[in-house]
Order: sequence, then structure tokens, then C-alpha cells
Amino acid sequence: MVLLGSGLQYLKEGVTPHMWCPGCGNGIVLAIIFRVFEELAYRNEETVVVTGIGCWGKADDYVVTNGFHGTHGRALAFATGIKAFNPRLHVIVLMGDGDCITIGGNHFIHAARRNIDVTAIVVNNFNYGMTGGQVSGTTPAGMYTSTTVYANPERDVDICALAAVAGANYVARGTPYHGFELEINMKEAFDKKGFSVLEVVSPCPTHYGKNNAMKTPVEMLKWIKNRALPKAEYDSLDPSMKDDYFPIGKLVDKDVPDFNARYDEIRARAMKGRTA
Amino acid sequence: MEMFPNQTRLIQGNQAMTHGALYAGARFYAGYPITPSSEIAEECSVLMPKLGGMYIQMEDEIAGIAAVIGASLAGAKAFTATSGPGFSLMQENLGFAVMGEIPCVVINVQRSGPSTGLATKPAQADVMQARWGRHGDQTLIVLCPASVVECFELTVQAFNFAEKYRIPVILAADEVVAHMREGFSIPEEGELAVIDRKKPSCSPRDYKPFKADADGIAPLASYGSEYVFHVSSSMHGPDGFSNNDPANAARKIEQLHSKIEVHRDEIVITRSFQIEDAEVLLVAFGITTRASRAAARTAREAGIKAGVLQLLTLWPFPDKEIRFAAERAQTIIVPEMNYAGQVAGEVQRVVGPDRDIRRVNRYNGQIITPDDILKVMAL
Repeated sequence: MVLLGSGLQYLKEGVTPHMWCPGCGNGIVLAIIFRVFEELAYRNEETVVVTGIGCWGKADDYVVTNGFHGTHGRALAFATGIKAFNPRLHVIVLMGDGDCITIGGNHFIHAARRNIDVTAIVVNNFNYGMTGGQVSGTTPAGMYTSTTVYANPERDVDICALAAVAGANYVARGTPYHGFELEINMKEAFDKKGFSVLEVVSPCPTHYGKNNAMKTPVEMLKWIKNRALPKAEYDSLDPSMKDDYFPIGKLVDKDVPDFNARYDEIRARAMKGRTA
Repeated sequence: MEMFPNQTRLIQGNQAMTHGALYAGARFYAGYPITPSSEIAEECSVLMPKLGGMYIQMEDEIAGIAAVIGASLAGAKAFTATSGPGFSLMQENLGFAVMGEIPCVVINVQRSGPSTGLATKPAQADVMQARWGRHGDQTLIVLCPASVVECFELTVQAFNFAEKYRIPVILAADEVVAHMREGFSIPEEGELAVIDRKKPSCSPRDYKPFKADADGIAPLASYGSEYVFHVSSSMHGPDGFSNNDPANAARKIEQLHSKIEVHRDEIVITRSFQIEDAEVLLVAFGITTRASRAAARTAREAGIKAGVLQLLTLWPFPDKEIRFAAERAQTIIVPEMNYAGQVAGEVQRVVGPDRDIRRVNRYNGQIITPDDILKVMAL
């Protein structure tokens, strides 16, 4: 028996303690995923958790639903094939900032454009944790990593803004500090037909914190907390201030027909023999 | 183009491969257009939705093979088609399909390289890439057609092997075979065998997606069925979850190879033309088979006993068949459209270093002619 509402029935037995470092946000995010699975009554048979490579890409090892662990950066392309062929499945794609937006950036853009009905939970910890804290596509300019020891000369990409402009139906951002809000947004993301993205800005005290003068997990989490503002509050900031903060909560919410719905129309046309 | 049984049409190799896939039950195609394979994508975009299947043009070839892998685990017979640069891009995920034992078919319409090379011209220079293009210990099956009929039949065979052995199968066509047109009539349903993957019959609680039966192959469920399962590109145990134990890793690598090795005689397909009394043996594959047969006929008219052994399966390599045919021959000739003699080198390995092998190589985007071959017979 597991505690009602805990979501623990989705945790695979015998796999704890997990491999993530103390102070990492991954465990908090996975626990929220389990609670939302329970809330939405997802059955293991009809759920597929798809991961790529990286710390967050190890999450499938802890889950009792169907699992798929593939090559680095391609999780959304695999997920597209799974969902396109069997639209009845709930397909949840877990990616880090490396998987999602750095090596896999092209697939991210096109999954959003295609509006495939999967949910991407992107844990953004600003660096490549698994391989020792190297720079990523979301490392802010001027910050330090194990391959930018003189500071990062490149700028970071805004995952949520990119998802929005590429056509995602639902986009939200949260942090492990704001667990309650994160759970609400995650439930909305899972429920949304079409491509949905939840970015979780998350601490990596082991590498990113250590390299950027945040010596403890608490300092790293506070750094994130102090920069996160509810969207309305962020929008009202003076533009000169915006670089120091990021908006959290729901950012995009649309109901454009998803890929499978559109493809059903194509099949109907094809069966009638209409080509133009 | 829709085709019906017993209706002879003049069609391209690319169309024949598409129809072979549909005949075998393929209902999912994902890929990225590239010359000289694009007609397959176009044909699928027309026919797949009519049949209730799906065609998706993905953002690149990496995504094309990835979507095929995903769809296969959701229960589809799935395939993609590409050429040269696109085939290079697919290698990493092809390795995953080997490791994850995920049935799928990849058509590689070989064109002249390296790199973007002569994009519209034929070559047979991907023989080694097809076998060894991925990192790590791995093996898969490669078939090679020489005519429009073989394009159809070998595509059906490719799906059968993929489904039966839970492995990616590569169909190594070439630009000429893919674009030439020949009269073709689609077989009736049931005329050619169509094999579906083995499904689990145990209770869902007991299902392990990588626990092989006595035949070396584990049953494969589909996502969405009553069987819940886990597939990983990383080293895994019979349950599909990460397993770094050295004994487990050795067992897995051995099983990936042995499931093909023990069924090798079912997989290796060759065709012989007058090799019974042949003093001159031509070992040929793909489009070069046709020039070889013409050359052998001309040689026989001139009193030279020549014969052709056609390799329809390139990998696993037909060692036994070549060794047998080479026993009686005095001269062995291997014509192929690549510089290094990728197949000639394998034939040399099979027959031993003491046998003289005459090579005929073209690597300028032009096909090998019967005259090219007759020249090395000194005719």
C-alpha cells in the first residue's frame, strides 16, 4: 500500500536511493510527475516515459510505466513516432537542457511546429551535469562552467520563448522551489492536447553552483528563487531589469488541432482520392 | 500509384520497394527526402494515408529513423528510405535499433560519394558502411536488389527478417536499380510469405522484453498493449533496465550476434547462373549483376565457360556459397562500383590469399558495362 496522493505506486521498487546528487532538483520534479500521474489516473499500459541522455535522462530507470531510453538529443523524434502511430498513449518526454535545446534543438522546434501531442518536461540546470558541468545552450553569458572557465562568451537560449514561437499549444515555466505551482502547471501540460512544454529551472549545486560561487545547495536554490517572478510581475518590470529575472507560471495556452487530428483529416481526404 | 494484383505496369525500382513494403504490411514511413530515393517518400505520402497508415516528413534523417524506431515499438511495421549523406546521419540510431532489438527497414539507394559527391549518380560504395557504420560490437542484415522485381521481393524479405529476428535490415539498392523501369505485376496476397514479429504469450507480470526464447529471439510487445515494458539504448538486462554487470554485457553482445549466426542459412540468399561448370566465376551484386550476366553469356558464345554468383544478401556475407562456387573456378572476377573493392576484399578473405581475384572497379558515377568485364577475361 502506498499513501494516497503520493504517486509512489509509479516508483519502481528497489531502485532507491536514486543516483542524483544532494540538492539536485530532479527528485522533486519526478515526485511531482508521479503525483500528477495519480491525479490523472494514468495507467502504466497507456503511458510511455521517453528519456534521452543526461542526469534527467536517467529518470526512466525509476518509473514503472512503459519506458524508452534512447540516444542523446533525439527523445522528441522517438516520441513523435510512438505518439503518431498510437495516439491513445500518454507520451511524456523528459529532457535536460542539453538533450532538448542544445544537441536536440532542431527536433524541439519541429515537435512544436508539428504540434505533436506529447508533453516535454525540460529540466534546465544551465549545464551538462552528467559529464562534469560543461557549458550548455542555456548557460547564461558570462557564467562559469568546466569548459568556460574564463566565462561563457555565448548567450543562452530561452526555451519557453522558442517553444512559443515554434507553435507549442502550452508553455509554462517553474522551479523546484515553487513545487505547488509546478504541480498545477504540470497537470495542465499533461492534459493539453498538442505539444506542451514545462521548463523547470533547476539547481545543479555539484557543478553549476560550485563553478559560480554558490557553495551550498541552499544558495543555489535561493539564486533560482530570487530570479523567478510570476509572469504578470515579470511583464511589469522595467525592460532594463528583465535580464536579471525570468517569468514563471503559464506562458502560452492555445488549442490548435494537434498533429494526429490533422493527419486524420489527411487520411479522410486521401481515401476520397483528393490530392489538391 | 495504386497497383492491383495481376496488372502489369511499367514501374521504377523505388516504386517497387514502396509496394514491397506495403505488401509486407508496413503502415508507417518517416524520413527526409534525398536524391535518388525521394520517389519512395512521395509514393508513401500518397499511399500510406489511403491505407490508414502514416507518412511523416521529419526534420532530418536522424529524426526519420528515430520516428521509425518509436513507431515500431508502438506496433508498426515501419521504414524509411535515404541515400549517401542521409544514411550516414542514420548510423547512430541504427545502432540503437540493433541494441534495442527493434524491427525496422532502411532503404539506402546508394549514390556516388564521398560526402555530397555525385548526388544523382550510382555507386556501390556503402557495402562496408552498411555493415560497420556504427560504433561498437553490432551486426545486422543487408540485402541488395538487381531488378525491379527484386526490389519488390527483397523489400518483403527485409521486413520478414526484421520482424523475425528483431533487427534493422538495410536494403542496399543503387541509383540505377531505383530509377530504372521494368514491367512488374504485384503478387496476390498470400503469394509471398509475410512474417509478423513474435508477440509475448506469458502473463504481463512475467514479460521480459529481452529474454530470448530457444530460437535466440525474445517476443516483442507493443506500447499500449497489456504488456508494460522498458527499452534502452544503454546496456540492459533481460528486463530492459540498465545493467552494467560484465557477465550481462558479454551475454547481450553475444546474443546480438548469435541470433543472426545461428539463422545464417535462412538469411543468406544467392542466385547462380551457369556456375555448375564455370571456369570463370563472376561474383556480383546489385546492378552490376546484369552486366556480369551479359558478359558471361558473351564469354560462353566465345567458348569460355563463365558463370555468375549473385549475392542478394551482402551481410551476413555469403562465405559458404562463395567458397563452394570458387572451388571449381580457375578465375574469379568481382566487378563493383567502388574504388577499394569492398566485396572483392571479402571474397579474397573467403577463398584465401593464394587465389588470384581480378577486380573490376568503377568509381566515376558510371555503371560497369559487360565490356568492362570482358576486358579482364581478355576477350
